[in-house]
Formats: sequence, structure tokens, C-alpha cells
Amino acid sequence: MLKPADPLVQLTNAGARRAGRWLVRGVDMAVRPGEIVTLVGPNGSGKSTTAKLALGLMAPDEGTAVRRPGLRVGYVPQELALDWTLPVTVARFMRLTGHPSDDEVEAALTSTGVAHLRQNQLRTLSGGEFQRVMLARALGRKPDLLVLDEPVQGVDYTGEIALYELIARIRDDWACGILLISHDLHVVMAATDRVVCLNGHVCCEGTPTAVAESAAYRELFGDRAASALALYEHHHDHTHLPDGRVRHADGTVTDHCHPGDGHHHAQGHPPGGTARPSEPERRGKGQGDA
Amino acid sequence: MLDDFFVRALVAGTGVALVAGPLGCFVIWRRLAYYGDTLSHAALLGVALALLLEAQITVGVFAVAILVSLALYALQSRATLATDAILGLLSHSALALGLVALAFMTWVRVDLMSFLVGDILAVSRTDIAVIYLGGAAVLAGLVVIWKPLFAATVSRELAKAEGMAPARTDIVFMVLMAIVVAIAMKIVGVLLITAMLIIPAATARRFAGGPEQMAIIAALAGVAAVIAGLFGSLQWDTPSGPSIVVAALILFVLSLAPLMRRS
Repeated sequence: MLKPADPLVQLTNAGARRAGRWLVRGVDMAVRPGEIVTLVGPNGSGKSTTAKLALGLMAPDEGTAVRRPGLRVGYVPQELALDWTLPVTVARFMRLTGHPSDDEVEAALTSTGVAHLRQNQLRTLSGGEFQRVMLARALGRKPDLLVLDEPVQGVDYTGEIALYELIARIRDDWACGILLISHDLHVVMAATDRVVCLNGHVCCEGTPTAVAESAAYRELFGDRAASALALYEHHHDHTHLPDGRVRHADGTVTDHCHPGDGHHHAQGHPPGGTARPSEPERRGKGQGDA
Repeated sequence: MLDDFFVRALVAGTGVALVAGPLGCFVIWRRLAYYGDTLSHAALLGVALALLLEAQITVGVFAVAILVSLALYALQSRATLATDAILGLLSHSALALGLVALAFMTWVRVDLMSFLVGDILAVSRTDIAVIYLGGAAVLAGLVVIWKPLFAATVSRELAKAEGMAPARTDIVFMVLMAIVVAIAMKIVGVLLITAMLIIPAATARRFAGGPEQMAIIAALAGVAAVIAGLFGSLQWDTPSGPSIVVAALILFVLSLAPLMRRS
């Protein structure tokens, strides 16, 4: 029944509203097996909300969020507020939501390079160790879909590169789809198949270009970084003004910015057009990059 | 053996401590101390209702605890007040309502003190049966929901994202809390139930490397407090409920001593 290319999760024109305000709207996005999709965008742009829609933590107020039936998810949340009174070792944490065997726990911890921490208390880990343990825990579930919310935060620059290399290896070794959320607007991980830039809606999406191709960046980041990091060039047809209004490529300024106001996907529309982009065109864009 | 009131008190207290310890771990991990207080204060209203309707007191207390939990849930989702303010409102309103209701019922003679600080020396064989049946139900329930409840305590979103149902687990936990309050009231009274939940669990924290270990140590610490408290109360003729809590406190203070410290 399921074709290999069937998405693990698919958002179609999905939006979420809180207290009368749209957190994010009109998101079309899919993650397929073996694919890495990176969500970028400034603070408050709806990255985490989009991830929550994909995970089913929030129900979309419009559009749909469809997960493949029986989908096994591994989730690395942005932060884990552990109460200091909560004693939990890495080994126990690995079995938080699943029942992995000792061998599976060992394999997952080894793959993220933290097998030696098995008996340590979670509270005593450093930021980088903690991220690797979180990643190992999610991997121990043998997930179809791995959702990583800013996995490199609190990790220094070399640690960041190492983590990106690790994530790329995970995709290859464990053959899961990965949805990655990043606060960095311009530098994404090189193995990313598709970048989706959000700012209350999908501003643009596309593929990153390797840092290796840019001599200037390569000098800046070093050779090792060049293989782990990539640049993402934004192609926005509009600008978000400080007062929340939006200036479009054709010079008009509107209060809101969401699909349906006719200002997106400027190509192929009548000047100052009000037409909504047709469905095949919107879909085609996402798939073409995959 | 159960003919002796002191033995009955020991047996009953042990039963409550075995249940209160593990549940108390979740109370401190989830920062629900004030919630426990609210449920136990509301227990007095349950006593009044039970007397009015001529029902079992334990049943009345359980029912009111559930109602207060539902009221809390409803008020929280409106979000007009912070949770601690809502809890304070419910807690003391329920306590005051209970006191006023009892005063109105001039036809029943009740020993108010026994409800406030417990009357463990007056437990009957029936009380013991209720405590052990209720306690067994709570422990069984806790074992069933342990994994998802603990996962949701670490991170609710993570548990939900990975296919657990934290909302359902929370409802079960709420019912378990209501049962514990209902069976613990006779032992330590409405004012001190939270102490039986929290103090042994806090004591256990120092010695536990994992959550399951902490739950077991908390249960044992609670039992130790019951035994020490009851013997102390016999020795110095002090009120039994408060004596148990004082014994639990002493154990906690001892656990802070540097020599016994593990982490």
C-alpha cells in the first residue's frame, strides 16, 4: 500500500492560532524517509509551532497535518526542564518512553558517542553530553521520523559541527526522516535536503549550497566545517517590516502576510495580482526540490 | 493481634505510608505540593457531606477530592488566575465550607480535632480493610501508569510526541491522589496529609539513583516515620498524627547530614 516515497508526515496549508493570533499559517511541508528537512526562521516565526503540528502536539486550526499510520517518532525537544529532585540515570532515561533492550541502548549511546555516561545522573551532564544523550534516547526508539528542535543550542562551534556530522550519519545509518529546527538563518547543515524558511508562514524554501563552494565562507569556517555546514540563500519576494507589516516585491505594503493574499510566489501571477497560487504549483515546488 | 489498638494503629499507618511514599515522589517531582494540600483540605468538606448524607466518610472525602480536581481543571483552562492562586482559593474555601457545614449540623457530634490531625489510635478493623484495599488499588494503578506518568513528568510534550497519552495518565493520577487523601485522612488528618506525601519522598531523594528506587525508599521512610512516631507518641503522650509527621521530619533532617549524603 505504502510507496517508499510516501511522506512520513505531511502538512497541507496548515495553520495554528492562539488567542486569536495566527502563530503560523499556510504551511505546506513534507518529510519523507531518509530525508532531512531544516526549518529556519527568526524567533517567534512559528518554527516550533510547525514542528508541534507535525508531531501532533497541536491540532491545526486550518489545513491538515497527516502522519503516516503507525509512525514511530523520536523527539528531541528544545529544552528539558528537569526538576533537581528527579533522580534519573542516562540508562533509565533511555527507556523513558520505549522498551529498548540493553543492546539497543548500548548501540544508540555508542552511535552518539556517549556510551561511557550510561550510569551518570542526567543532571550532571554538560550541555553537549546532554544533547547527545537526548539524541541517543530518540534513536533508541528506532524512529521513522526524528524531530530535532535546535539540537545544537548550548553546544560550542566545534561541537555543533560534530553534531551535524552525527545527524547526517544517523540519517544514513538509521534510514529515518529528520525534521530539524535551526535558529541560524543562513548556515544550515550540509546534508539538508530542503530548507523551509518560516516567518509566520513559509517565506521561501529551497536547497542549501555547500559552504565548500564559497571560498570566503570556507576560509571563515575551516575545511571540516565546509563538509558539515551549508549556506542557505533566501529568495524572499517580500520583507517583514519592524511594525509587523509586510512590503512585497511589487512595492505594496500589507498588514498581513499569508497565502491567499496574492503576494506570494510572485512569478506567474498577474501584476499586483490577487489570485491565489494554484494547488499544483504550490505542491510542485516542494517535490521538485526533494 | 489486631485486638490491640496500638497494633491496629501501626498496621494502618504502615498501609498509608507504603502508598503515600511512591505517590509523594510524583508530588514533589511535579511540584504538586499545593495540589495535595488543596485535596486534603477539601477532605473536611467531604466529611461534612458524608455525615449529611449518612454515607461512608471515606467515600465522601474521595468524591469531594475528585470534584475539587475537576474544578481546578476547569478553572485552569479558563486561565483567569495563576494556578497557585486558584489552588489557594479552592483549598481554603473547601476547608472553610467544611468547617461551616459541620457547625450547621448540630445533630451530629463530631470531634473536629480528630479530622484535622487524625485519630490513628481509633482505627477499626474496617478502617484497616479500607486502607489496604484502597492502598492496593492505588499501588496497582501506579504500577500500570508508572512509565507514561514518569515520562510525562520529565517532559509532557516528549511523552505525547512519542505516542503516550499524558492527559489520560493525568486523570488516573488524579484519581489515585483522591484515594490516598481519603484513606490517609483517618491517620494524620486533613492538615497533615501533604506531609506524609512529601516528607518521606524528600528524604528518599538523597539516597535514590533512579525514580523507582526513590519510590521504594520513600515508602520505607514513611513506614519508619509511622513506627517511630507512634512509639514516640506512646512514650511521651503526644498526639499520634503530628508525632508521625515530626518523626518523618527528623528522618529528613538526618538525611541532610553530610555523612549520609550521596549526591
